Amino acid sequence: MYGSGRIIPALIIFVGLMTFPIWYNAGKAQQPPELVLPSEYSECVRDTQFMRESHMVLLHEWRDDILRKSGPRSGVTASGMQYERSLQKGCMSCHYDKKNFCDQCHDYTAVVPDCWACHLEPTKEAI
Amino acid sequence: MRVLKAFIAVVALVLVALVVAQVPGGQSLLGIVLPYLAFAIFLGGFIYRVMYWAKSPVPFRIPTTCGQESSLSFIKQNKLDCPTTKTQVVGRMLLEVLLFRSLFRNTRASIHDGPKLAYGSNKWLWLFAILFHYSFLVIILRHMRLFTDPIAGFVPMLEFGDGFLEVGATTIYQSSFILLAAVTFLFLRRVLRPYLRYISLPADYFPLLLIFGIGVSGILMRHVFRVDIVSVKELTMGLVTFSPSIEGQIGAIFFVHLFLVCVLLAYFPFSKLMHLGGVFMSPTRNMANNSRMVRHENPWNDPNIKPHSYAAYEDEFREFMVDAGLPVEKEPEPAPAEPEVEEAAPADAEEKPKA
Repeated sequence: MYGSGRIIPALIIFVGLMTFPIWYNAGKAQQPPELVLPSEYSECVRDTQFMRESHMVLLHEWRDDILRKSGPRSGVTASGMQYERSLQKGCMSCHYDKKNFCDQCHDYTAVVPDCWACHLEPTKEAI
Repeated sequence: MRVLKAFIAVVALVLVALVVAQVPGGQSLLGIVLPYLAFAIFLGGFIYRVMYWAKSPVPFRIPTTCGQESSLSFIKQNKLDCPTTKTQVVGRMLLEVLLFRSLFRNTRASIHDGPKLAYGSNKWLWLFAILFHYSFLVIILRHMRLFTDPIAGFVPMLEFGDGFLEVGATTIYQSSFILLAAVTFLFLRRVLRPYLRYISLPADYFPLLLIFGIGVSGILMRHVFRVDIVSVKELTMGLVTFSPSIEGQIGAIFFVHLFLVCVLLAYFPFSKLMHLGGVFMSPTRNMANNSRMVRHENPWNDPNIKPHSYAAYEDEFREFMVDAGLPVEKEPEPAPAEPEVEEAAPADAEEKPKA
């Protein structure tokens, strides 16, 4: 082998970079999201899988529908329950604990939603 | 035909992933077994290829020089295009690796009325190549949000910069679309230019189409079908902490994306994509052009084989050479007393004054 003085260190650096996630996470306590679900309700406006995957799309739909097309401000779930199509007055009337609900998954996956650029996190007393 | 082969291969891979993701146990295969296998092949294959190259001797200085070499003091040397020191070589390599300088020099020949042949600057390949590579780098680094917990510091900065257009509910990243545009250009370039199509092989089309497939499946996953990102991260974190498991429901599009990435990783060391390692090992780029300053000896010269000068060679074979009528530098001493021969051969006599 020729040039081993340069090639072997370079290969070690390469393998180190490629396995970065392995040694970065080694020995670190993982923080998988732990959601505090509302105790008084058992169903959301859509099924759980849909909410997990696409709640942000739903929120954008509500926003566009209400603010830009003067759409209805309330909706009805599949099981006939009425709800308000609003982040603060709808979602957060049940999921009032932002820290233990929204932030759990958003922090876990490095998602920075721009909701809070305008909306305020409701205090428990206000609800 | 050759492009069709590559296209069929990529479509087949997508279909395989779609089918296997539905089969019981298929998700563990695609989500756990194959990623480990592909990553092992990638690392092992990469090291194997580099070591294999490192075994090839490069005894002589063979840099491609593209400028004035070091010469007399009043002639200006082009230090980057004809480096003579290690520092200059490092500078040349850095510019090559980071800015693709050799692509920047790309020219295109064209024939005009006359007929006249003209060479013009042609930067499109350079532009799209650099967009492609840097978008790919940003995308890979961005994906570290799925592989680090707590999230590494550079990820939020990258995501902010890459998604600063703030379009859509799942914010679009510019790099995703730049990558697709660039890979499309690089593909169409090969297909539409007849002279490039002529020299393109399935191995040229396949990586482009595969990366296109990875990009499209990733964009579909993020913006159209959407998957439960928390379940995905639980799987990816399991992979990097060696305790993988698939919790919750993950859509089939994720497995298509992951399978194509696994194929890319496993294919990488055995394909042209190895230019990732090869660019550093290319002797025409990583050597200093100092043949006129330093004597480079062939390192595997056999010390038992002594130099054999022409004079010594002629001494050894002079008689045979003369017999065969070959010219010699030093005439053999005439034999002492053989006058008859000299008279009988006037041709020899004519040659004598020459020596």
